[in-house]
Amino acid sequence: MIKRTPYTKKVLEHFQNPHNYGKIKNPDGIGKVGNIQCGDVMYLYIKIDKNKKGEETIKEVKFETYGCLAAIASSSIITDLIKGKTIAQAIDFNRQKVVDSLGGLPPIKLHCSVLAVDALLEAIHNYLTKNKKPIPVKLKERHKEIEKAKKEIKKRYKD
Amino acid sequence: MRNKKVYLDYAATTQISQEVLEEMLSFFKKDFGNPSSIHSFGQKAQEAVDTARERVSRFLNCSSTEIVFTGSATEANNLAIFGIIKNYLKKEIKPHIITTNIEHHAVFEPCEELEKQGAEITYLNVNKDGLIEVSDIEKAIKENTFLISVMYANNEIGTIQPIAEIGALLKKINSPKIKNSLSKIYFHTDAVQAANYLDCDVKKIGVDLLTLSGHKIYGPKGIGVLYVKQGIPIESLVYGGGQEQGLRSGTENVPAIVGMGKAIEEIGKNKPEIKKIRDLRDKLVKGILQKIPKARLNGSKEKRIPNNANISIPGVEGESLVIALDQEGIAVSTGSACSSKDLKPSHVLLAIGLSPKEAHGSLRITLGKYTTEEEIEKALKAMPKVVEKLRKISPFK
Repeated sequence: MIKRTPYTKKVLEHFQNPHNYGKIKNPDGIGKVGNIQCGDVMYLYIKIDKNKKGEETIKEVKFETYGCLAAIASSSIITDLIKGKTIAQAIDFNRQKVVDSLGGLPPIKLHCSVLAVDALLEAIHNYLTKNKKPIPVKLKERHKEIEKAKKEIKKRYKD
Repeated sequence: MRNKKVYLDYAATTQISQEVLEEMLSFFKKDFGNPSSIHSFGQKAQEAVDTARERVSRFLNCSSTEIVFTGSATEANNLAIFGIIKNYLKKEIKPHIITTNIEHHAVFEPCEELEKQGAEITYLNVNKDGLIEVSDIEKAIKENTFLISVMYANNEIGTIQPIAEIGALLKKINSPKIKNSLSKIYFHTDAVQAANYLDCDVKKIGVDLLTLSGHKIYGPKGIGVLYVKQGIPIESLVYGGGQEQGLRSGTENVPAIVGMGKAIEEIGKNKPEIKKIRDLRDKLVKGILQKIPKARLNGSKEKRIPNNANISIPGVEGESLVIALDQEGIAVSTGSACSSKDLKPSHVLLAIGLSPKEAHGSLRITLGKYTTEEEIEKALKAMPKVVEKLRKISPFK
């Protein structure tokens, strides 16, 4: 049995008043990760713009999440963290930033921060693919892993 | 009053009743004796333990020598299962146990452990209402079946198993076995969730072993009871001073035993409360199904204890719901207190045919004798609001 670590104040705050939830109409990229069979599903929508330097940035971001407290809080905080960031910065984003910004997550819930980052990476992957832009190796590899995991879960639950 | 928290998780634990608490208090300090001591301090403690044993035996309609006090209901279940099966394993006979796929972990885990030690286990499936068929038990019985363990009322969905019917079936099957001096099939039931509401007369329901818990019946935590029918070949799992007819060595937890005895006695006086609890539960379920789109009740409508409601709410995840409701001052639980600590959906909800998706979005709401109409109304106000909010965040509406 795993001991339950209490959630931080920050997690509870984001859970109670999540930021940037909902859909974006005609998004430039969507990342859909997780599986409802396992208890967590995240959709991340992004709109892309260019900054003064001509770099592509995330202008708008919204999420829809089915899942536990940690999943909802992770989704909420990642939208705060990546808004206005360049695509290159967003790709470099790692889950530790999500965990730290939330003031920590219980060990059993760390996978929720992974899910949030995956949703982000998948949204960017989706945008780059749609626009026939070059896809960085890191993104390509993670995308392959996510697809593989999706297939395995599908097989396990036969749906 | 307005900000008072609403507790609707009586299947997890109950608060101790005032009457029980008062009886216990003197045994912590003033009457602290060890029942095994022969002086007056010991005698006083022994008398209290005897009284408690008497009260429990009256409730079960058995002899007081058939009552074993344990440290918890989990321990009582372990004693029942390992205690019976140990004998067969020693004699190098492969024992077969029949149980169900909706048992509490305190029965499941001992069975799984025994499987590793060489026993054979059949986990019978329940139907979509969460009920076991007596004919399935009959079909599952083999020559080497020595133990059947079926819970009386389920801790998650509250369904009541046909214990008396199984008892009657076993009586029929066992009588030729006894005539030919063959080893009979023993029958155990975990009656932890049933005790408040159902007939636990062991002669009527025909069980050889029955488990009770203190803290589910407005008594203290840290106390369980195992009824062990006279003459049953059961072995102890704990060795020492030989307390509890040698079945549970260790100095008796006198205050808890006293509390257990009083709590059991109080069950009889609580009977008028049952109708009130049932009415409030029905009001709650009706309200939820009306106010929350797509919500549905899990488990049998009729064959369930009066304090239990288990509801599936598509589009929202159980833990989120529990915390969001807690933030509104309403304490309920997902599947069961244990299952909310791991990430797997409840085995009980999967067993009655829910998909993992449906099982993830389920709530267990359990009432008790202190539940009021105002509390139910408060819950009915908070729940639709919370579900609506979480559905707004969710990709599944």
